[in-house]
Amino acid sequence: MSSNDHKDIDEVTGTDTTGHDWDGIKELNNPLPRWWLWSFYITIVWGIAYTIAYPAWPLVSSATAGMLGYSTRAEVAQEIARFEDANAEISAQLASADLNTLLENETLARFATSAGGAVFRNNCSQCHGSGAAGFTGYPNLLDDDWLWGGDFENIEYTIRHGIRNEEDWDARYSEMTAYDEIFTNEEVDAAVHYVRQISGQEHDATLAEAGTELFMDNCAACHGDNGMGNRDLGAPNLTDAIWLYGGDMESLEETVRYARFGVMPPWGSRLTEAEVKAVTAYVHQLGGGE
Amino acid sequence: MSDTTPNDAPAKGILGKHAFLERSPTLLLVSSLLVVAVGGIVEIAPLFYLEGTIEEVEGVRPYSPLELAGRDIYIREGCYLCHSQMIRPMRDEVERYGHYSLAAESMYDHPFQWGSKRTGPDLARVGGKYSDAWHLDHLIAPTSVVPESIMPGYAYLLDTQVNAEYTADLVSTHRFVGVPYTDEMIEVAAADVLAQADPDTDAYDDLLERYPGAQIRNFDGEPGVSEMDALIAYLQMLGTTVDFSTFTPDASR
Repeated sequence: MSSNDHKDIDEVTGTDTTGHDWDGIKELNNPLPRWWLWSFYITIVWGIAYTIAYPAWPLVSSATAGMLGYSTRAEVAQEIARFEDANAEISAQLASADLNTLLENETLARFATSAGGAVFRNNCSQCHGSGAAGFTGYPNLLDDDWLWGGDFENIEYTIRHGIRNEEDWDARYSEMTAYDEIFTNEEVDAAVHYVRQISGQEHDATLAEAGTELFMDNCAACHGDNGMGNRDLGAPNLTDAIWLYGGDMESLEETVRYARFGVMPPWGSRLTEAEVKAVTAYVHQLGGGE
Repeated sequence: MSDTTPNDAPAKGILGKHAFLERSPTLLLVSSLLVVAVGGIVEIAPLFYLEGTIEEVEGVRPYSPLELAGRDIYIREGCYLCHSQMIRPMRDEVERYGHYSLAAESMYDHPFQWGSKRTGPDLARVGGKYSDAWHLDHLIAPTSVVPESIMPGYAYLLDTQVNAEYTADLVSTHRFVGVPYTDEMIEVAAADVLAQADPDTDAYDDLLERYPGAQIRNFDGEPGVSEMDALIAYLQMLGTTVDFSTFTPDASR
């Protein structure tokens, strides 16, 4: 491919030179290895063929679509459909299943628990913990102490609509009164000590006595006369040792003064019907299901 | 050794002309740059004029001033170093994070926050996934709700109040780079940035009209509008503007 029509043969090697000369130093014009040259030509041909087969060349308002009709979105849709098809039958069964009789169908129950575990780890574990033991303010799902009920229907409803959120009009809702401006400091103390008393913790008997009437007048409507709570209102049982925000004096005082307002997002809009059922089954079998 | 260099030998055709280029360093440099730029011109430049680059998507709106302030904090704190904001069109990502991201969803991002580093999870659709209280707990001390987390805490965001003094400048800067904020939006930006963190604000309806779907709450539960409010407001709107139950993206792209 030399562009010069001269021949300047190097004496030592007997090879043609490129004709370039730097102070007497010349460059041998060895031909490119044949395999390399042909590989190079093939890549050029491949490149052109590729731009014809796949979306490539920008035109006036859009790019060429390619002969093969490839599309990233179509590919992912196809990939998702492939898995959905494989699970279609069992997912449909699960979506229409009555959870109360789920355990009778062993295959379905196993699928639901395992799929529900995956849903839980992706969506629920951030608040309830990867082991579902919860954190302060985020309920433990392993025990049998339920705020809104622990049977299949109630768990499913809570998952589907969430609690006290703004997105779902059917979300569970209740709001505790903040007593900071209603009670005097002494009354707050009394209420705290009364709750300490009914939960079997160390307390001041005189203060607790003074708190009895306050509790009956203000708290019993939701938490019950006996303080055992009310699941229709998500009012926790105050007589046991399980505390969502803490049963120590400080936490109780904060709860009485400023109330609590735990929010759970609705999942019905994010999860499929089968996924809601699956995660319901998963949570139900964690230990506290009723 | 001959007296004349072989380069002076007469050249044949166009291939012989390269001697001219090689003897003029400036011309060689400029020409090399032009050749190298071809790749960019062919691959990047068309994206600026092709109509299909950003498809029209219903619901996408410019950030509200508070969200924009939160976005600035997101960038300032380097959240993008560990969190991406782009769900790629792959099955595993769609299963985990939700619908793959659309170009339109980041059309008002200057600069975009797509990222490629995922030490933490992708945040493109984190909006609405957790409660405000969770974000608050998690930003103050991540391990308090996710024991296995290695994310640092950002409790100090509660200490600094959002300064509305420069909000209008911030919004108009974004307009300068192409975000369609109106004069009215800029005029009331300083008020809007504070109003969005106050559920009892008089500007509630006006704010929603200007920024449809904006969430108006006291995000951090504390009085005042802290940087925490701004950041949570931003996080809670990420990926929420497009309603995929009514919008179906063009399938062949």
